[in-house]
Amino acid sequence: MEMHQARYGRATILAPTGRIDHSTSDEFRSLLEPHVDAAAAQSRPVVLDLSGVEYISSAGLRCFMLAAKRAKSGGSAMVVAGLQPVVREIFEISRFTLVFDMFASVRDALAGVDPAAVAAFDRDNPLRPA
Amino acid sequence: MIVRFWGTRGSIPVAMTSHDLRAKIESALLSAIANGLRSPDAVPAFVDRELDFLTRHTYGGHTPCVEIDAGADEYLVCDMGSGARPLGNHIMARAGGRPPVVNLVMSHVHWDHIMGFPFFAPAYVPGAKIRVHGCHDTLEQAFRLQQSPPCFPVDFSRLAADIEFIALQPGVEREIGGWRVVPKLQRHTGDSYGYRFERDGKTVVYSTDSEHRPEDAAEVEGFAAFFRDADLVIFDAMYSLADAVSVKEDWGHSSNIVGVELAQMAGVRHLCLFHHEPAFDDRHIHGMLEDAIRLEQLTRRDRPLTISAAFDGMEIEV
Repeated sequence: MEMHQARYGRATILAPTGRIDHSTSDEFRSLLEPHVDAAAAQSRPVVLDLSGVEYISSAGLRCFMLAAKRAKSGGSAMVVAGLQPVVREIFEISRFTLVFDMFASVRDALAGVDPAAVAAFDRDNPLRPA
Repeated sequence: MIVRFWGTRGSIPVAMTSHDLRAKIESALLSAIANGLRSPDAVPAFVDRELDFLTRHTYGGHTPCVEIDAGADEYLVCDMGSGARPLGNHIMARAGGRPPVVNLVMSHVHWDHIMGFPFFAPAYVPGAKIRVHGCHDTLEQAFRLQQSPPCFPVDFSRLAADIEFIALQPGVEREIGGWRVVPKLQRHTGDSYGYRFERDGKTVVYSTDSEHRPEDAAEVEGFAAFFRDADLVIFDAMYSLADAVSVKEDWGHSSNIVGVELAQMAGVRHLCLFHHEPAFDDRHIHGMLEDAIRLEQLTRRDRPLTISAAFDGMEIEV
């Protein structure tokens, strides 16, 4: 399990990779929460880029829920972006679509949570489709 | 061996509303028009073959009561929710004048799981034997309390049957009416217990009113072992996962998603979603079932897992 991090404008982008299931959820949570706490401390939004996540189980989804609560307690928002089709379907089946704002891409998510950050994102990602 | 569901709803009994009934009638009539139904003789086959489950059926509203019928003389019943009333009538109709012997196994003593006992006909029959098994030391107290003034007109002491309370211990196997039975402690306010029943090479697990913490590896492995290779697991799937881990965390119930994951992990053959949320109508419960089936398709392992949603009157052959 890896977690890449980037910052655009006020938003923190977190990009885990691999499977988030019973065997990796503890590691995922330990990687995720420090970033979420740091963002929450300054009321900055968090975008979870899930384009590198192949599968997520109930244990992983619960990590998302706990992280979202921590973000909310600091007055910041946590959204998800770039879900692969299977992960998106699992979000729908588990009704997490009713809990999280979901975006097709990180760029779309930035446009939603911090529009001023989109220009910087486009400079760093010139080949990504808009 | 037949598992017969007499009550499948959680928390409180519910009934289908007039609005729900009208929607089913309209749906059936539209289907009849579309299919050119003309003959009264063709109606039964039309209902069975042309109408979908949501039109010709309802999940029902009795609270938990499940009969596990191995064809033996003694009855084995899990919980005494409001479904115990029709079960009691069924037992008396089959008794042919002989006082029945009924083994009850109680998950816990919250009201929705004991409320049917004052209406359970065998309790009023001289010579009938009712053995109430459970792990709670408040078992007898709860049964007597709900049948004491001012809650109910017939005091427990006036019941004619020979009623015995038998304490079980979690993790300790016990023989009950020809079944090998092992209880397991579950996460629920005031505790609840699941039961693994084995007989003649068949295994049925009754696990309701049980909240799961999917991130707790020891707990997950414990339930996977408890469910291991079961022919049927009856599972508390009251909420969506999103509800179970957020606003309804610590409410003592689980989800369809965790049910599928545990059943796959344990190599279960048939998962039956149970203890339906009373606020859900038929369409919502059916949606929970369809979601569980889809998750199983997305995550299938060596062999397919059969998934159903329990309804009052349902029978599953094991």
